[in-house]
Amino acid sequence: MRTASILEVHIVTPVRIYLDHNATTPVDARARDAMVRTLTQEDFGNPSSVHYYGQRAKSSVDDARAAVAALIQADPGDVIFTSGGTESDNLALRGALDARASEGRRHLVVSAIEHEAVLNTARALEKQGWPVSIVRAGSSGVVDPADIAAAVTPETALVSLMHANNEVGTIQPILEAAAIAKSGGAWFHTDAVQSAGKLPIAAREWAATGVDLISISAHKIGGPKGIGALWIRRGVRLSPTATGGRHERNRRAGTENVSGIAGFGAAAAAARESLAADAERTAALRDRLEASILSTIPGTAVNGDPARRLPNTSNVSFDGVEAESLLIALDLEGVAVSTGAACSSGTLEPSHVLKAMGLPHPRTKNSLRFSFGAENTASEVEHVIGILPPLVEKLRRLSRAVAAR
Amino acid sequence: MRIVVAMSGGVDSSVAAALLHEAGHDVIGFSMQLYDQRESPDAWGSCCSISDLNDARRVANTLGFPHYIVNFEEEFRKSVVDNFVSEYAAGRTPIPCVHCNSGLKFATLVDRAAALDAEIVATGHYAQVDQDPATGRFRLRRGVDRNKDQSYFLFSLTQAQLAKASFPVGALTKPEVRGHAARHHLAVADKPDSHEICFVPDGDAAGFVTRQLEHGDTGPEPGPILDTSGKTLGQHGGIHRYTIGQRKGLGLSTGVPLYIVKIDAKDNRVIVGEKSELGRGELTASRVNWIDGAPPAGPIRAAAQIRHRHTEAPGMLTPIGDDRAAFVFDVAQQAVTPGQAVVFYAADSVIGGGWID
Repeated sequence: MRTASILEVHIVTPVRIYLDHNATTPVDARARDAMVRTLTQEDFGNPSSVHYYGQRAKSSVDDARAAVAALIQADPGDVIFTSGGTESDNLALRGALDARASEGRRHLVVSAIEHEAVLNTARALEKQGWPVSIVRAGSSGVVDPADIAAAVTPETALVSLMHANNEVGTIQPILEAAAIAKSGGAWFHTDAVQSAGKLPIAAREWAATGVDLISISAHKIGGPKGIGALWIRRGVRLSPTATGGRHERNRRAGTENVSGIAGFGAAAAAARESLAADAERTAALRDRLEASILSTIPGTAVNGDPARRLPNTSNVSFDGVEAESLLIALDLEGVAVSTGAACSSGTLEPSHVLKAMGLPHPRTKNSLRFSFGAENTASEVEHVIGILPPLVEKLRRLSRAVAAR
Repeated sequence: MRIVVAMSGGVDSSVAAALLHEAGHDVIGFSMQLYDQRESPDAWGSCCSISDLNDARRVANTLGFPHYIVNFEEEFRKSVVDNFVSEYAAGRTPIPCVHCNSGLKFATLVDRAAALDAEIVATGHYAQVDQDPATGRFRLRRGVDRNKDQSYFLFSLTQAQLAKASFPVGALTKPEVRGHAARHHLAVADKPDSHEICFVPDGDAAGFVTRQLEHGDTGPEPGPILDTSGKTLGQHGGIHRYTIGQRKGLGLSTGVPLYIVKIDAKDNRVIVGEKSELGRGELTASRVNWIDGAPPAGPIRAAAQIRHRHTEAPGMLTPIGDDRAAFVFDVAQQAVTPGQAVVFYAADSVIGGGWID
C-alpha cells in the first residue's frame, strides 16, 4: 500500500546486493575525490596549455598515468588514455592493421570468446576486406595456443587474445599465444579490461615474451566510466584512429578527459594496493556461493575451467530455468546479477561465449554470472544462498507446467 | 496486487501502468523486444524499437516501479511473423495483432508474470473485461472510446486468459488517457499514436513479405490478373502484394475503376471486378473462439465486424460445430476478405470471432 510522504520513513528499504562487478564497479571514494579535485576552480585547465592552469591539469594527468602504469607494471610513457576499453581495443586492432599493411601483413587473428569490442571490430574489419581468423575456444572456456599457432600466417599483423574472459572468467594462455605471435612476426594484443585489478599484469616483463598492446578500463576497477588506457610497447608504431592535435604521443588526439583520468589514476592506485587481498576475499565469497549452489540446487553446473578463473567470477547453469526470468526474479529481491551478455536495449541474448564453448543451446540461455567485488560481504552471500533455491525451484515448476500444456 | 504491465513505450500502456501504480498495485513493467534491434541488412521493425523500449523505461523510472525488457524474438517470429508471411503468401490478408495478443501477451508474458508471482497482465488496449455477475464467466467488451476500440484484436482470448487480463484504459477516452499522461508528467504524453503493423513501419506489408520470402526457398511468383469473365487484363507480381477491395497499384488501364474481388492462391490468379461485384452477403469463419467458452445454442441475431475499421453490420450468426460459424448479413458488405478476422458482437460484448474462409 502506498502511504503519504510523511509516513514513508516506515517503508523498509529493500535489500540491495550488487553481484555484477564484471559489468561495472561502484566508484571508489578516492577516485571520486580525485575527480572532484580536477573540477574545482583552479584545476579546470587544458593540459596542453603552457600557463599555470595548464600545468596543474597536466600534473593531474601525469600523476594518474604513473598510477595506471604502476598497476600494470609499465613505464608511464607507454600508457595512453582513451575513452575506455572499447576504444583501446579499436585502436589496437585498427591501428595495428593500418600500420602493418605496407609490410604485407594484413591478417588479424582473434578468439571466438573475445568481448564484442574486439570481436565486432574484427568482423567490421573483415567486411572492409581485411582477412580475419576467429579461433575457437575449448569447452572449458580456454583457447588452445595450438589453435592460435594454426591460425597465424606470414601475413598476420596482429593476434588478439583476452587476458581473462568477462563472462566465465577463464584466464587465457596469453604468454604462450604472445610467443607464437612473436615467432611469426605478428604483434600481440591482450584485452585485459576484465583482469586488471583482479590479476597481476606485468607489461614490462610480458613485453619480452611478445606482448605489444594491453587494453584496460577504469570503471571495472572502481574508476569512472568513459576512460580507459592502452599500453603500447615501446617501438610499436600504431596508426592513430582519431587524428587531430598531438595529444597522447600522437596516438590519440583530443583534449584529455582530465577528471576521468584523475579518477582512473586514483582507482588504479587503490586497486594495486588491495589486489591480492581483494582476490582472496572475493574468491572466498565466490567459492562459498558456488559450493552452496552446487550442493543444494540439483541440475546446476559451473561454466568455464574452475581452476583457471578470475577470483571473483562464477558462471552457473541452472537446468530448466530461463536465465532472464531468474535474473529478473533476483532483481526484484534486490540481488543484481547478469547473464554476461546484454545488448543495447538491455535485453538478453544467448551468450556468444557459452556458444563458442560448445554448450548446448538451452544451457546458453540458462546461465547466470555472479561477479564479486571488494565491498561484498559474507552475510550478503548467505542472503543470496537463502533466496536462490526456492526461486529456482519455483521457476522450474512453472516451466514444467508450461511445457506440459 | 502484483501486476505485470506490457509496456510498448506508447501513451496507452504507459497510462495503464501509471493508473495501476497510482491505485497502489505493485507494478512491474515488461517491454517485449520482438525483433533484432541491431543494424543489419535483415533489420526490421520500428514500434517497440529501442527508442520505444527506452521510452517505456523512462516512464517506469518517472513513476518509480521496476521495468524489464524481455527478449521474445523467437516467440514473436514463431507465433506472429511466420504466420503473417505465410498467410500473405497464400493470398490472404492476416492480422498479426490477434496472434500477438493471444499467442504472446496473454500466453508467454502471462507465464513470465506468474514466475514473478504476478497473477495479472495489463495492457494498454482499449477494451473492457469483466465478469458476468450471474455466471461468473468473463466477458470481453468494447472500449468506451468507440474510435479507439481494440476488442476486435482480442477476440481469440480464452476464459483462462481473460481471467488474467486487465485493460485499465478501456474505460477511458483517448483525450482522457492523454490527460492522465500529462498529469503524471510522462514523457510520452504527446507521443503520436501508431497505426501500422509494428514490424512493418513503412506500411509496405507486401515489400516486407517479399523480403522475407526471398530469404526462403519459394520466391513470389508472377501470374495473371483476370476479370470476372475470365479475360486476362494484365500481370501481377505475386499474390502477396494484393488484398481484397484493393483498387490502386494494379497497373491496369480500364474505363471503369476495378477492384480486386478474389485472390485465387491455388492457381496464382488475381480476379478484378467493378465495385458492385465486391459485395458479399455471407461468410463462414474457421478457428472460431467463443468468448464464453462454448458456441451459442443456435442461430442468433448479432453484428459482425470484418475489419478493424469496419462498422459492425447486423445479421444472423449460426454456429457450425464447436469452432466454425456462418454469418448472413442483412445487407451485403464490401471486401469480405479471406484471412481477416470476423468478430461477432451482441451490443458491445464480443460473442466470439474467427478467421474468414
